Amino acid sequence: MPSDSVCLWWIGEAAAEDRVMEEARVQVERVFGVSATLARRAERPSGTLDPRRGQHLSAGILRWLVAMRPPGATKLLGVTDVDLFIPILTFVFGEAKLDGVVAVVSTARLSGDAGGGSPRVSQARLVKECIHELGHTFGLIHCADPRCAMARSVNLAHVDAKRATLCADCRIRLSELRHGGGDAYGR
Amino acid sequence: MEVVTRMDGKKIRVLVVDDEEIVRESLLGWLEKDGYTVETAPDGRTALARLEAEPWSIVLVDLKMPGMDGMQVLEESRKLRPESVVVIMTAYATVDTAVTAMKKGAYDYLVKPFDPEELSLLILKIVAQQALVQENLLLRKVLKREYRFHDFVSKSAGMQAVFVLARAAARTSSTILIQGESGTGKELLARAIHTESPRSHGPFVAVSCAALAESLLESELFGHERGAFTGAVARRKGKLETAHGGTLFLDEIGDVGAKLQLDLLRVLEERTFDRLGGTEPVQVDVRVIAATNRDLRKAVEEGRFREDLYYRLNVIPVTLPPLRERREDIPLLVDHLLEQLAVEMGKTVQGVSADAMAVLIASPWPGNVRELRNVLERAIVIAPGSILRPADLGLPLPSAGDTGGGDEPVSLEDVERRHIAHVLRRTGGNVSQAARLLGIDRVTLYNKMRKYQLRKDEEDSAAGR
Repeated sequence: MPSDSVCLWWIGEAAAEDRVMEEARVQVERVFGVSATLARRAERPSGTLDPRRGQHLSAGILRWLVAMRPPGATKLLGVTDVDLFIPILTFVFGEAKLDGVVAVVSTARLSGDAGGGSPRVSQARLVKECIHELGHTFGLIHCADPRCAMARSVNLAHVDAKRATLCADCRIRLSELRHGGGDAYGR
Repeated sequence: MEVVTRMDGKKIRVLVVDDEEIVRESLLGWLEKDGYTVETAPDGRTALARLEAEPWSIVLVDLKMPGMDGMQVLEESRKLRPESVVVIMTAYATVDTAVTAMKKGAYDYLVKPFDPEELSLLILKIVAQQALVQENLLLRKVLKREYRFHDFVSKSAGMQAVFVLARAAARTSSTILIQGESGTGKELLARAIHTESPRSHGPFVAVSCAALAESLLESELFGHERGAFTGAVARRKGKLETAHGGTLFLDEIGDVGAKLQLDLLRVLEERTFDRLGGTEPVQVDVRVIAATNRDLRKAVEEGRFREDLYYRLNVIPVTLPPLRERREDIPLLVDHLLEQLAVEMGKTVQGVSADAMAVLIASPWPGNVRELRNVLERAIVIAPGSILRPADLGLPLPSAGDTGGGDEPVSLEDVERRHIAHVLRRTGGNVSQAARLLGIDRVTLYNKMRKYQLRKDEEDSAAGR
């Protein structure tokens, strides 16, 4: 299996929550079988705010992450506290390009009260969304199993229904995708 | 569950039409992650080209685009791909816009920016509906098999009755008389009956009684002995002998002269005949199927056809209804013929647009299925795309008033007269070409021109009557 090295980087406006980021790092290592590190750098994306919407363009952040990817990191996941959007949607929890090298996840909408609003619930949601967006960078598409981390989530109830892990089918597909043999989805 | 989504995702093809690149990119990324096959088009023209080239399950179209707007794309896609679901996207929704879009056949409309949940649910709803559409298509294919009898396809009650009768008749050796207008498929039916019959291992021999002079036809049918007439240098078997053990198909039997009628009567009564110049009767085992586009009963009444021969031929009468009396078959036939023609011509043909189908259904079809086939063949040759449009058909459009448009009902004869005049006009008065296009032979066309007092050089005045 090719050795992937994933870097997680807090790029939010508020101070980083080290404990939350560390938990995400550990879970990423566990789910994807990669080595994961935390970046502790001061740079932050700029020019991504749409003043009319008061939200940040996720594609802009992804572009910035590509430019800032540390040498040696095969994937870079940015975690932010700003609210993200893509032009056609009112918001997104995160975004990644399929088979890409960067992904971004926002905590802005993960602390709602649908699951009780406790920090522990928000942290669990963040971990799931980190796994979800990184999954896309490995080529995984949405899964129909609502308990799988790769299930499409368009609201907090969907996020809460997921587990911070991949279903058996997605694990097999991930293995096929990472080995580069065949086409996991027959596309 | 996951597999189902993946399978659906594979089947569902989404076309995103928007002049803003960022919108196209966003939707492409969003939908691709659900496993759909997604393509984008930056304008209406490109979208229509993509629609024509391939089938699409869902078309997401921006309402406001420079050039062709979303409403026009919607209208065109309804004609090109009525099975595609079109969703209008707009940043400026008004009730009027929504009502207009829905009236024009849009499945739904979305106001930008969409709520992710709204988009997700809408796509899932469409996917579920597409599954039903697929099931419907499958069932239609199954039904098409039900509607088939050899090379015939029909769901009309009249033709279904013909199929039942033909299947039953095939099991016997009784003589069959097939009546029907030119192009209704009389020879095809005769061949089908032969194939279904216990004689299918024997030969099927077809003779056109109208094509030959009586003396030549006699020789053709009965053969001749050496020296029977000048030029008969050797004994030659006729079609009757050739058909021994099989089926003899006598087309245009109504055109046979008096002498031959008598000879044929003997064949039917005794299964024997004499070769021309021969003295020994020849015994044959043939099943005779005769066909005519004339009214034989009327010919008997007028003394032009032997009554005894008529009854000998008319043991099992089968009448093929003209296409204009089974218009419900036209979509089925078009589908069937396009499949055949695509293979024969080595062309990719996806079908006809909805407005072209309306023209085909409304046409009078004096040349029946043969004419329909010829029109489709010609359309495939000249069509710029793989979907046939009204202009490719070369048929008068209903709005042109050429087929008696307007609210005033017109007789079928009037429609036929106008249609023939139209085709003659298109061919510049070339009767052979017009007959080919109409799917009838020249003699029949001349008869119809005489009947409707149409002349090659005065069709325009006739058409305007």
